[in-house]
Amino acid sequence: MLDNELNNLRQTALPAIKVADAAALEELRVALMGKSGSVTALLKSLGGMEAEARKAAGAEINLLKTEITEALTARRTLLDAAALEAKLAAERLDVTQPPRPDPTGAIHPLSRTTEEIAAIFSAMGFSIKDGPDIENDWNNFSALNIPEHHPARAMMDTFYLNATFGNRPAVLRTHTSPVQIRTMLNQTPPIRIIVPGRTFRSDHDATHSPMFHQCEGLVIGEGITLGHLKGCLIDFLSAFFEIPNLPVRLRSSYFPFTEPSMEVDIGWNRKTGEIGGGTDWLEIGGSGMVHPNVLANCGIDPRKYQGFAFGVGLERITMLKHGMPDLRPFYESDIRWLRHYGTSPLTPASLHEGL
Amino acid sequence: MKFSLSWLHTWLQTDASLNEILNTLSAIGLEVESVTNQADTLRPFVIAEILEATRHPNADKLQSCRVSAGGEELSVVCGAPNARTGLKVVLAPVGALIPTSGLVLKAGEIRGVKSEGMLTSFRELGLGEDHEGIIELPADAPVGANYAQWAGLDEPIIEIAVTPNRGDALSVRGIARDLAAAGLGELRPFTVPTVRSRDRSAIFWQIDYPEACPLIFGRTIRNIKNGESPDWLKKRLESIGLRPINALVDITNFFTFDLGRPLHVFDVNKISGNILTLRRGIPGESFIGLNGKEIKPTAEDCVIADAAGPQSLAGIIGGEATGCDANTTDVFIECALFDRVKIAQTGQRHGIFSDARQRFERGIDMYLMQDALEAATAMVHGLCRGDASDVIAAGTPPPWNRYATLCFERLKTFGGSDISGPEAVESLRRLGFIPVEENATAVTVAVPSWRNDIAQPPSLDQWPDLPDAQAAAAAQGAGEIEPEVDLIEEVLRLRGLDAITPVSLPVARLISAPILTQKQVRTSLARRTLASRGLFDCVTFSFTDDATSALFGGNAETLRLANPIAADLNQMRPTPLVTLAQAAARNIARGFADFGLFEIGPAYNEDKTQALVAGGIRCGSTPLSAVSPARAYDALDAKADAVAVLTALGVPQEAVTTSQGGPDHYHPGQSGELMQGPQTTLASFGTLHPALCAKLGLPTGSVAFEIFLDAIAEPKKRKKSAPSLPPFQPLRRDFAFLVSAFTGAESVLRAAKAADRKLITNVALFDRYQGKGVPEGQVSLAIAVTIQPEQKSLTDAEIEAVCAKIVADVAKKTGATLRG
Repeated sequence: MLDNELNNLRQTALPAIKVADAAALEELRVALMGKSGSVTALLKSLGGMEAEARKAAGAEINLLKTEITEALTARRTLLDAAALEAKLAAERLDVTQPPRPDPTGAIHPLSRTTEEIAAIFSAMGFSIKDGPDIENDWNNFSALNIPEHHPARAMMDTFYLNATFGNRPAVLRTHTSPVQIRTMLNQTPPIRIIVPGRTFRSDHDATHSPMFHQCEGLVIGEGITLGHLKGCLIDFLSAFFEIPNLPVRLRSSYFPFTEPSMEVDIGWNRKTGEIGGGTDWLEIGGSGMVHPNVLANCGIDPRKYQGFAFGVGLERITMLKHGMPDLRPFYESDIRWLRHYGTSPLTPASLHEGL
Repeated sequence: MKFSLSWLHTWLQTDASLNEILNTLSAIGLEVESVTNQADTLRPFVIAEILEATRHPNADKLQSCRVSAGGEELSVVCGAPNARTGLKVVLAPVGALIPTSGLVLKAGEIRGVKSEGMLTSFRELGLGEDHEGIIELPADAPVGANYAQWAGLDEPIIEIAVTPNRGDALSVRGIARDLAAAGLGELRPFTVPTVRSRDRSAIFWQIDYPEACPLIFGRTIRNIKNGESPDWLKKRLESIGLRPINALVDITNFFTFDLGRPLHVFDVNKISGNILTLRRGIPGESFIGLNGKEIKPTAEDCVIADAAGPQSLAGIIGGEATGCDANTTDVFIECALFDRVKIAQTGQRHGIFSDARQRFERGIDMYLMQDALEAATAMVHGLCRGDASDVIAAGTPPPWNRYATLCFERLKTFGGSDISGPEAVESLRRLGFIPVEENATAVTVAVPSWRNDIAQPPSLDQWPDLPDAQAAAAAQGAGEIEPEVDLIEEVLRLRGLDAITPVSLPVARLISAPILTQKQVRTSLARRTLASRGLFDCVTFSFTDDATSALFGGNAETLRLANPIAADLNQMRPTPLVTLAQAAARNIARGFADFGLFEIGPAYNEDKTQALVAGGIRCGSTPLSAVSPARAYDALDAKADAVAVLTALGVPQEAVTTSQGGPDHYHPGQSGELMQGPQTTLASFGTLHPALCAKLGLPTGSVAFEIFLDAIAEPKKRKKSAPSLPPFQPLRRDFAFLVSAFTGAESVLRAAKAADRKLITNVALFDRYQGKGVPEGQVSLAIAVTIQPEQKSLTDAEIEAVCAKIVADVAKKTGATLRG
């Protein structure tokens, strides 16, 4: 009789569990295994049995209980999985759409060039100096061996302010060289500095801007020779243009603040604009051994110390390095140009990553 | 300085090719600027003969010509009245490019007559202004020959840039001397012809201003016949772009370029009295210069005056009234030495650029004066005949003998060159230096008279605050070293500075120490921070115009340019925002609405100091997006930019307070300043003033910031203490306060934070509400407070106590009440 009961229960419960949905499954669980469930009732009935009969019946009932519990769990797992699948299907996101926009700015090519120059010269033991854009004419001219009547003063197309600076006419510096003077007055040799900065000349056309940028270099010490000047320039230029055997040529010239003075040319191909190739030469700066008068004006005895100075136009070398055809967009702030030539703020210039 | 190859050859005997000459010029410091050849453009033009010229059958003013250029006979229609049978002419054949019009000649028919070429005038060939008719060539001109070649126009014209120190290279002879010294041939000798004097000079010199004119020579030549110069002289001058005027004037121009020796000629019969005085100008007097302009000499200028007044601005430009013309019969030649500095100053003062000034201010060959006067007299005599007087002089020659010593080892220890002593001496000798003492280690040379740039006494302008002894030692050092360096330069440049072996600078340490100053590092950091926030790094001009500058407070008169290049670039900007706003407006005008720009650059202040400012502007909205809807930038975006930079630069956030209201170029209600303490403004930010936006063409609502990088203190270098990382979970408690709408949220946040400095680690404002349920004039601020237990978990009572203190402190400090 018990067997019959158990079989009936098995035959009705197990198929019902297999097709139950979540709610029906819970109802079945309560009806079978709950406090007043059928299986629970059967277990309770064991209490009134003989020991012998209880043993046999107990084994049977527990077998059924295990079967039903497993069936319930299996069904529950299946239903849960199906429910999750349905939920995930409903949560579909169109991942082809653009993400939330990130800000995209860029570093100006001139700032970049300045950083690259700093990286290169730091490896050669230089420090970076800056000085004011508004200078007095002693720092800008007289100290640099350009007396008032000197033709070079007129050649520089100087901007004057309606003001004096330390009792002398105030000018917008025509080159970064006044910082040489400021440094020599405040520091005893050895000196190794570069000075990138704004400079001003009264000249405005396709290839000249009334404001432009120079980078000055100054090395003063004992036993510094023209050979060092040449070596330093070649080391710098080949690193900057990333051309190991960049042809560099020095041509005799004249600047009041150096003697001997030299223009610096690099090899390029006039037709293709390729740096380092071809047979043409392109002037990229001036250089020379610091004039004894300049040293003496700053209180440095030229018998003890000597050295060299050089200057390059930052726009010029930037244009060459990146093949930029035109000077004027540098100051135009056209966001299309800035986006095109600008560099990422996340890749600052470093020698080990490459310039 | 321009010269033709053939002119150079009159001084330089050489087999060197044009290319060798050009390369050498550039290498030794006489930089070649251009090489041109007129024959290149005149290549197609040939000499032809008009076999027969007849009246054009259908046109009164035209002639129909049969022309032969050696080949097939051509028919050419010509409008020039001087076309006639038998004339030798210059023919432009079909296909020739006419230089002045840029047109290519085509065969055609003019009123029914074939025209297979063109007979040309000087003007059409770009050879002059003469357009009276076609070119008439002499009868012996060879038919069929290339015209340019026959006319001597087929030669290179070289233009070099002469540096200000090389007055001697402003002469063909000087250039030839340098080339010869560089090994490109031999300098031809200067043979000075002498002309016997017949009588006394008609004019005498008197020097009343010896500082300006220490020495002067002159000579009268009577009974001359002035007229056109001979062809060779005209061609020589024309080849370098000078217009021939008359023989006398052409001769002075010739010597200016040939010997670098400016001369001036006076028409004796136009001079009042017989004395020409070199004296200071007298204010009030004036004369008309040869440039046709009135010249008013000052007391600092040196003039040459006759009894009637000034007739010449000495060494710079002559006067019209006493100039020579075709009718001049008696001429007085001036050959003077003028002070270089005085000439430069007078030239600058009057803004006159002349070939004479250029040479005098760079220094002329003092020793050449008498020889040049003889040579000029001889040429006048040869071209215009006449009788030369004796040479008259005034003044005394200033001492010019200078010496310089070169220690040979300095070629290596200064010049980095391996040139030997004997080689160096030979180079100097070729340049005209004369060794006066020589041994194995050094040479002392006499400096040639034409090298005014070498071994001059040092003209120092030492820093006035140098200690006396240091200044004196440095000056003495310069006096010793400078002449030697002059010689080293001469020796090195002749071989080419390119021959020096490069040596890398010795580096003290293999791994270099960081070289940037704190300020420089922070500038880069600020730049990267702003660029990573979506702004574009810009470089804009330091100067701007009055009107735009005024919108940003304007700048002082002392920051105005005395000589601006343009009216819109006439004063220094008071802040980079000025030029950045203009840059933003340009982008707006190009049709771009949403973007941000920044610049880290100078702001110029009244006391002529400059401050480094990071300025930025945002226009429009955040980018369009479906997932994060675009919204217009507002003042808090500008504040975020400023705060981001300050944070990146190590400014502790709790040290910065925001004050409501910024400078006048901002919206008064939507701007503020970030302060460190009561005095230091670190940054200002806000919505730009709508009136300013309207004037500049910026959209209303554009926002901006200015970060004053110099005001930011350098962060102290301190090792960080170990962090407190308690194992207890932090708690969050939210509060809503009602507070006056004019009380800044920052004060509520600060008061809450200060309620317990140990336990409260963060306070965040997460809601701001005004409207229904909040009394008029008040605002509800909801804040979340993070409480971080340190030593142990907090009991409910302890948490309650902290919360109560927050409410009490906020109420006390801001007048806020807890919202019920």
